[in-house]
Amino acid sequence: MSSDNEDTTSSSESEGADSVKENATLEFIENLSDVPMGRLPSNIEFQRTRVDCKADAPIHTDTFQYSGAYSSMRVENSFLDNFCDNFRVEVIRLTEDEMEFDMIGIDPALANAFRRILISEVPTMAIEKVLIANNTSVIQDEVLAHRLGLIPIKADPRLFEYAENNTASEKNTIVFKLHVCCERSGQRLSVKSKELIWLPNGSEFPLESQDSKTGSSSKPKTYTSFTCSQDSLPEFSSNPIAPALGDILIARLGPGQEIELEAHAVKGIGKTHSKWSPVTPVWYKMLPEIVLLEDIEDQQAEKLVAICPVKVFDIEDIGKAGKKRATVARPRACTLCRECIREGKGWENAISLQRKKDHFIFTIESSGVFPPEVLVTEAVKILEEKCDRVISDLS
Amino acid sequence: MDPQPEPVYYICGDCGMEIPLKPNDVIQCRECGYRILYKKRTRRIVQYEAR
Repeated sequence: MSSDNEDTTSSSESEGADSVKENATLEFIENLSDVPMGRLPSNIEFQRTRVDCKADAPIHTDTFQYSGAYSSMRVENSFLDNFCDNFRVEVIRLTEDEMEFDMIGIDPALANAFRRILISEVPTMAIEKVLIANNTSVIQDEVLAHRLGLIPIKADPRLFEYAENNTASEKNTIVFKLHVCCERSGQRLSVKSKELIWLPNGSEFPLESQDSKTGSSSKPKTYTSFTCSQDSLPEFSSNPIAPALGDILIARLGPGQEIELEAHAVKGIGKTHSKWSPVTPVWYKMLPEIVLLEDIEDQQAEKLVAICPVKVFDIEDIGKAGKKRATVARPRACTLCRECIREGKGWENAISLQRKKDHFIFTIESSGVFPPEVLVTEAVKILEEKCDRVISDLS
Repeated sequence: MDPQPEPVYYICGDCGMEIPLKPNDVIQCRECGYRILYKKRTRRIVQYEAR
């Protein structure tokens, strides 16, 4: 717009003073805040990128996906271009089984897709069948089986196949043995998950129909049909399979009580049953932004610091007269409790609590089967596969 | 028939001891004299779904 104007002035100098005057008017009009200038006016941009949390409820919570949403203001709202240019991941904290990272420049729908895939679609191994030979403890067979199922198994599910309804083989089943008994004269005994012993050769329990038939075959048929030992495979020989944690309590035995069982673990996903979920929880929140619209000073500042349960605010000294002013020190800690803008405190118009709509703080807590960073890459692969499936279905 | 049948173990309802019994034995605990004895759980394998 402005370049057009310059052209006209330079080409027609004869018009002189009139055009100069016209030019000044145009400039004035263009500088008005609600004239489209190739970008959104600040109030609309605020609505597009931020959730504004008021004392009663948050507003501007929806996102605008339609590429022509701002076409009247000559602003392109293309998701793909924005995503390719602006998407970023920043790892904040990474430990053995926990990770916090920021996903920046992503739509909430996609961020939520990753969360849901992590919870319910990344496969793991979990105990599915429990064969109980003896259980004289006070815990019932069914409850014992359920407890065993929830124990995370440290084995790479990528090396196994889904069992479906096939016979149990070394490719789809991990067998554990648990045989503990408490001596009659002994103390009460705690059975921990470390007492689950991996049987790389498969089940040791013979099938019942088999022993009546013949004793001629050297190897009696068992509940699994392994063709070779799992620990002969290079993946497992160096890294034996065991429960991810050794100190999970399974049962307590009194004197004279005994548990003897075999547990068969298979591959599955959290959608079928949460015991296959590789994460304990995974959650995200939008990045909090807290803006002090007015200065809050001295006693009021101290009051504000004290009122925030997660200590978002801090105090800085200004000038020499010992004046103090509240500052926003730790906005990431904000839990949106809205205590600071509650009615009656008088800060409703002084503090603006905002959330950035395209910035997600993810926290992943692994159950111990995978390190959290591997979980994320697995989730990305799964989402990729899903997209491929949609594309091939459509073409 | 076996000439010497295997003894079957029962559990005393009072003191919880295991008592071997043969046919025609008196049904009585040898430790405490209690007369109610319970059968033990069989070793037949029961399969459960861990859900």
